[in-house]
Amino acid sequence: MAIALQIKGLRKVYDNGFEALKGIDLEVKEGDFFALLGPNGAGKSTTIGIVSSLVKKTAGDVHVFGHSIQTDLAAAKRQIGVVPQEFNFSNFESVWDIVVNQAGYYGLSRAIAGERAEKYLKKLGLWDKRDVASRMLSGGMKRRLMIARALIHEPRLLILDEPTAGVDIELRRSMWEFLTEINRSGTTIILTTHYLEEAESLCRHIAIIDGGNIVENTSMKALLKQLQKEVFILDTRDTISPDLAIEGFDTRYLDEHMFELVLNKGSSLNDVFSALAQQNMVITSMRNKANRLEELFVSLLAAK
Amino acid sequence: MTLAEQWVAFYTIVRKEIRRFLRIWMQTLLPPAITMSLYFVIFGALIGSRIGQMGGFSYMEFVVPGLIMMSVITNAYSNVVSSFFGAKFQRFVEEILVSPMSNNTVLWGFVIGGVARGLLVGLIVTMLSLFFTSLNIQHVGVTIAIVLMTSIMFSLAGFINAVFANNFDDVSIVPVFVLTPLTYLGGVFYSIDLLPDFWAGVSRLNPMLYIVNAFRYGVLGVSDVNVTTAFLMVGGFTLAAYAYCMYLLSSGTRLRQ
Repeated sequence: MAIALQIKGLRKVYDNGFEALKGIDLEVKEGDFFALLGPNGAGKSTTIGIVSSLVKKTAGDVHVFGHSIQTDLAAAKRQIGVVPQEFNFSNFESVWDIVVNQAGYYGLSRAIAGERAEKYLKKLGLWDKRDVASRMLSGGMKRRLMIARALIHEPRLLILDEPTAGVDIELRRSMWEFLTEINRSGTTIILTTHYLEEAESLCRHIAIIDGGNIVENTSMKALLKQLQKEVFILDTRDTISPDLAIEGFDTRYLDEHMFELVLNKGSSLNDVFSALAQQNMVITSMRNKANRLEELFVSLLAAK
Repeated sequence: MTLAEQWVAFYTIVRKEIRRFLRIWMQTLLPPAITMSLYFVIFGALIGSRIGQMGGFSYMEFVVPGLIMMSVITNAYSNVVSSFFGAKFQRFVEEILVSPMSNNTVLWGFVIGGVARGLLVGLIVTMLSLFFTSLNIQHVGVTIAIVLMTSIMFSLAGFINAVFANNFDDVSIVPVFVLTPLTYLGGVFYSIDLLPDFWAGVSRLNPMLYIVNAFRYGVLGVSDVNVTTAFLMVGGFTLAAYAYCMYLLSSGTRLRQ
């Protein structure tokens, strides 16, 4: 399988002396759905900026599908579609013009641009708004417009920098479905997000960046296996006592129908339910207290 | 990108630029038409009738080429500086920067947009001037060449201004404090033959003098300066501005962090 993105020793020092990237290495395989996570100011947007040529690198190499951004920039740019964090389109142009003009910048004829604009605006639910000036769109529509614009030249690598920030849950889920569909059709996707459940449910590989260094780079499965414990919230049918105890497990009383249970690595939920059955307790529902990836993310950053 | 693809990209920018200034014609086309009409009425018809002849022509005939050129210069410049700075300000310049277009395509797309507005405004002003005087163009080739070269030169200059501008004040500083005074002092309203030797010498350091006079030569057949020198000067400035614009784009100065 080809390498979609290869980053070697990438370093960035801004004019004010701030070292945003300290020589990172990263590899994203073709067809992957890759999460690039990190706290604010970690270096995610700088990395994306360098790959998409909006930020000048200080040192290192970047190859996009084998094309160096140093020596073969135009070919590298052709492979990439970028959805930046902040809105970056003309407020005065219509949705249609923004998308079709972007196609023109990639040398696509107006006939092809028109066909593709119709396809992507329909898929992203913007077709009815095609003649509307972009400033009249809602925040969610603006995000979708940027996705349509990034896809108009059908890139092999789509980079999304917090594409669902400020988007309501319903829309976020429909965007997840759309991105999954795009990924299934062969487009490699790199996603940065602050919604870790988004990364967990969409991405197969993950890199965590902090302070300009990659602190973790592995598959989502391997990362989740590192989880030492999980905390669950359980709802009971009957009233429970504040001194509830289950042998072998740490519990915490929350209210008369709810308690918290810590499941350490190696323990089984079967043991929990057996113990509960012995006490004639009926569990009506159960959920993770926090997103698993979130717990790992916090512990990884704290360990640093 | 292939040549054909670069052409599509170039055409896309030019089309977008022309549509932009046509969409806001109340800000781009109407003001110069009104301003120049007032010039024609006040300086040409009212005051001009008392001034009499200048360089062998009626005062109205004398000022018309300079006023046409002044509108071409300011509009070519303003179009590129406001459009490209607007793209920077709203960050949609990134649409262009992430695309595989060559720097030449980007630059000429904006420049031709500026040239188009400069020429269109020049045409509007020329047509308005016909209500006040008649124009018999003496050297068509010179007229077309100098107006084209000048509009290209000032479009390139507008691009440089836009790259360095940090806010909208920076966009208007050059047209207000540099271009307009230099044009006014560049022989639009008078022949430098009327000036004392010292001030005539100082005027010869003003590049606008050469541009205005070369255009006047094309239209009326008279000039205070050598027309070949004027063409060499405009050509030299244009090449220098083009080279600097290409440097700015390739180095990403003020465009890429």
